[in-house]
Amino acid sequence: MKLQHRRISLSKQILRVIIVLLLVEMMITVIYPLLWMVLSGFKTTTELLTSPFSLPSKWLFSNYSRIWKSGIQTYFLNSLFITVSSSILVAVISAFAAFALSRYHFKSRYFIFLYLIGGMMLAPQVSLISNYKILQALKLYDTRFGLIFAYTAFRIPYTTFLMWSYFSTLPKDMEEAATIDGCSSFQIFVKILLPLSKPILFTGILLTVRYVWNDFLFSMVFTQSAELRTIPYGLNALKSETGTDWSLLLAGMVLSAIPLIVLFLFTQKSFVRGLTGGAVKE
Amino acid sequence: MYHKKWVAGLYLLPAVLFVTVFIYIAIALNGYYSLFKWNTYSDMVFVGLKNYIRLFQDSNFWIALRNNLFFAATSLICQVGFALVLAATLEQKWLQKLSGPVRTVLFIPSMISVSVVSLMWQLMLNPNLGFINKFLKLIGLGTLAIDWLGNAKTAIWCVIASSQWQYVGYTTMLFIVAIQKIPADYYEAAQLDGANAVQQFFHITVPNVKEMISLNLITTLVGSFKAFDEVYIMTSGGPGRASEVLGSLLYKSGFKEDAMGYASAIGVVIFAITAVLSIAQIRRLDIREKRGSQG
Repeated sequence: MKLQHRRISLSKQILRVIIVLLLVEMMITVIYPLLWMVLSGFKTTTELLTSPFSLPSKWLFSNYSRIWKSGIQTYFLNSLFITVSSSILVAVISAFAAFALSRYHFKSRYFIFLYLIGGMMLAPQVSLISNYKILQALKLYDTRFGLIFAYTAFRIPYTTFLMWSYFSTLPKDMEEAATIDGCSSFQIFVKILLPLSKPILFTGILLTVRYVWNDFLFSMVFTQSAELRTIPYGLNALKSETGTDWSLLLAGMVLSAIPLIVLFLFTQKSFVRGLTGGAVKE
Repeated sequence: MYHKKWVAGLYLLPAVLFVTVFIYIAIALNGYYSLFKWNTYSDMVFVGLKNYIRLFQDSNFWIALRNNLFFAATSLICQVGFALVLAATLEQKWLQKLSGPVRTVLFIPSMISVSVVSLMWQLMLNPNLGFINKFLKLIGLGTLAIDWLGNAKTAIWCVIASSQWQYVGYTTMLFIVAIQKIPADYYEAAQLDGANAVQQFFHITVPNVKEMISLNLITTLVGSFKAFDEVYIMTSGGPGRASEVLGSLLYKSGFKEDAMGYASAIGVVIFAITAVLSIAQIRRLDIREKRGSQG
């Protein structure tokens, strides 16, 4: 007990003050650019040039509605549709695969397990040319479904791994009881396993949402039509289209960043659980 | 109870199908394409390893590889080294109150898309528009107020900096989770033995978060060789080709210069580098999980 109440030396106190100041400085380094982006989105471009550090003299909410109407709306809805579809598809397909891998015993099980999670080794960039050709051959190039399928394929390996390691830890006695009652494996999967696995399903979905919502490369390479663009690519295209109307672009950037920041602040724990399950950063 | 093996096959079918088509066939096809000279509208002419020979003689390839290595080295220092020290600091008892806000705030940028972060940095660094040069002038460092992204020497470093800004909080968060799993009595015992914070860091924290260190090491390295969005958006590889990375070189060769075979060869090189690292990670995952499920 004495140890805790021991008075700390002066040099230690100074050191602590310095550390706190450094931490505060780091927080400012992260927050200030974000704040600048948000505030600049409310300014006129002229004001942006003349007084970068001040608050907007007049809060131009119209920037946000103007950029929404002049393009972002379509991109936003595309992103929403593609993100939601891919996340559901990934969750369902991965849960099926993880179910088979964690419950059935068959010779090739270990091989298929490695085959599926081995997909993590491929960086999406590597196969850009071949996937572009594959999507063309499947008549999926320049379609929303082409993007959805490509995202789905790249998210299955990690999500399957995540769900498999969760399913493997669940006790099997309820499933045994259900089998005696004459339930089919599909019924067991839907009625017993999935309800028990809500946290990991949620985590898997969150990770896919973050990946798809933020992806730039596939949207740029696998679509051509302006009306199919997702937000990250759409914003970069707006950079040239809005010309020098920078504050409009900044407003669009804020609109695109808000959904995920809000989602993260409410679901921090689930996110971090997914990321530490052996996560691959993208 | 789960004895009908063909049912297992049905459950696995969709996953196997997706992964086969878009990942395994794609890798194989990419290797095949790299042996041909072709573009979008031409026939494919077999050229053997000529694309690779051309690649290794291309000065842009070496510039790109060098920039990827700069990227990797900086990311290792910031996102593994510094992040670990930061995480250990934030887990000190006397910082309890500040720790939560700091890690949440630092994590936020990693939730935003690389494209928004890159656009933001591009605007911040813009000599007319951005606040960075204005700030430098304000504090009397006006001589440093240069066109950061337009300068061949500084461009790639700005891109790298934006990536550190975005991801340091991410790896810090992962380290914090790992540190929290270390039993508190390890530290108490060390304190009784008179170990100071630095000694505790090297003798308790580091050995006990080895797993997370190697995970972050690999994901950070792989991430550095996958870099594309930030380069493409902030500099397009310029000025000239000064800030090119392998990803942007691949994209430009394939979709701007329409040298599809050449671009595929670059893809194979990126694959060779990232796959080796990723396989190391997958093996680790696999072994750890098997150990876990036995216990």
